[in-house]
Amino acid sequence: MKKYTYTEKKDTRSGFGAGLHEAGKKNENVVALCADLVGSLKMDAFIKDFPERFTQVGIAEANMIGIAAGMTIGGKIPFTGTFANFSTGRVYDQIRQSVAYSNKNVKICASHAGLTLGEDGATHQILEDIGLMKMLPGMVVINPCDYNQTKAATIAIAEYEGPVYLRFGRPVIPVFTDPDQKFEIGKAWMVNEGTDVTIIATGHMVWKAIEAGEKLAELGIDAEIINIHTIKPLDDEAILKSVKKTGCVVTCEEHNKFGGLGESVARLLTTELPTPQEFVATNDTFGESGTPDQLMSKYGLDAVNIVEAVQKVIGRKKA
Amino acid sequence: MKHTIKELEDIASQIRRDIVRMVHGCQSGHPGASLGCADFFTALYFEVLNHKTDFTMEGKGEDLFFLSNGHISPVWYSTLAHAGYFEKSELATFRKLDSRLQGHPTTHEHLPGIRIASGSLGQGLSVAIGAALAKKLNSDNAHVFALLGDGELQEGQNWEAAMFAPFNKVDHLIASVDYNGQQIDGPTSKVLALDDLQAKFEAFGWHVINTDGNDMQAIVEGLHYAKTLTGKGKPILNLMSTQMGAGVDYMVGSHKWHGTAPNDEQLASALAQLPETLGDY
Repeated sequence: MKKYTYTEKKDTRSGFGAGLHEAGKKNENVVALCADLVGSLKMDAFIKDFPERFTQVGIAEANMIGIAAGMTIGGKIPFTGTFANFSTGRVYDQIRQSVAYSNKNVKICASHAGLTLGEDGATHQILEDIGLMKMLPGMVVINPCDYNQTKAATIAIAEYEGPVYLRFGRPVIPVFTDPDQKFEIGKAWMVNEGTDVTIIATGHMVWKAIEAGEKLAELGIDAEIINIHTIKPLDDEAILKSVKKTGCVVTCEEHNKFGGLGESVARLLTTELPTPQEFVATNDTFGESGTPDQLMSKYGLDAVNIVEAVQKVIGRKKA
Repeated sequence: MKHTIKELEDIASQIRRDIVRMVHGCQSGHPGASLGCADFFTALYFEVLNHKTDFTMEGKGEDLFFLSNGHISPVWYSTLAHAGYFEKSELATFRKLDSRLQGHPTTHEHLPGIRIASGSLGQGLSVAIGAALAKKLNSDNAHVFALLGDGELQEGQNWEAAMFAPFNKVDHLIASVDYNGQQIDGPTSKVLALDDLQAKFEAFGWHVINTDGNDMQAIVEGLHYAKTLTGKGKPILNLMSTQMGAGVDYMVGSHKWHGTAPNDEQLASALAQLPETLGDY
């Protein structure tokens, strides 16, 4: 198992804030909009340097999406910022008609996704957003795994023409990816090469997959770990290549197993290479109040759950 | 004036003929408010709007128009065709398979003149505000026009937008409301009353003007006047009274013709009332 270390923990939303600032410096057409959550979205640096390119819309997310869509007509590249719940479910029809169907170059940037939002509870902890967004024709869906990857992804989507959903989170987590990485939309990252099982993880679950990989190595299981940061378009080639080698797969996501990354992988494998698969994901449930760690543990999203899933799926491999 | 009032009325008559023929041709679509807005569209595209028919999405330096109540697509398509955006023969494809003239307007099939999809109601004003903000950032002083249905003001997003625009001094924006007082389930006064729209928009900080949307002289003058009010810190709302079905006697003023196609006999009766002035498609 390749050794991953970290010297600091940071939140992925701060990676977004840093990336937005950088994208703003690189391209004067980058504009930002926020629905009364500037501090939570870490947009301060962008607003300080480019005040005329920032629009505060107030608590009016539907209007924000519509305004963003309209701004693209003048050649702007709008980044909208609010919590993942209010970035998706609350404004689904606005995104569907004014952004996706109209093919507008809007970047929907969503913080506080999943259980790790914590104490605010289920009203704010969306676990359905990946499913909602990946179903929209033409929508790119990205869920990066740490501060550095989120920063790089934010810069990359500014250079991509078309609607994008960028999902990130609230808690501080290890920073373990390369600070100078080039983010390629739709390209999987090989975290660790192995032979016994393919672990496919996205977002906050990537570090947990690494922790699981270390435990599995102690148990004599050689896990291949792949980071799928781009859930749509999915890197079919990387997944198929790995699964051909390992013969079984575990998908890991901080999302409902209905509609998430796991289902995208299952769809691919069912048609191309039927393979035993286990899902580490929430099981058709809402969240609740608690600390992020407590919630990840209670809802089965810890390294130990990945280890168990791996043991189970290896047992299902044909002899 | 680029045209006389009589010339504009003749254009509107042809557009009305197209509307009833298009809706009859596919036996679906929304003739009522399309007919009611024929004079507005004629005035806008043939007299008021500074635009090029050599269409670009950005429309740099041009006035832009957004239709929020997308179901009145027949009047827009006919207007765009006669203005020169595409061949009028294409009007015959309205709502048919593989057409660029979808039931509701869309950019998806790349029809010149359309800058965003509409149909699901209540979204157009926000989009128009965004386009106006982008023009401001680009130091482009052209105007942004929008048309909203009155019934669709029951959608909450309009009021988010109504609150935003004056506060942010989006003052190159001229939104018109097609105030025909009708919606699918009956008169707006019975379904969910709009009451005093002038007072409501003024309370939000808009400069409100009133026009008669079925009087060509009045609507041309009203829209020109609206342009003179821009750049003064307030968005402009043109509260435009119209009659659903205007121009076809048996459709006038009735919500029953919101989304119903005429049969052969009804078509003949409608066409007999609407002189062919520019040639049918």
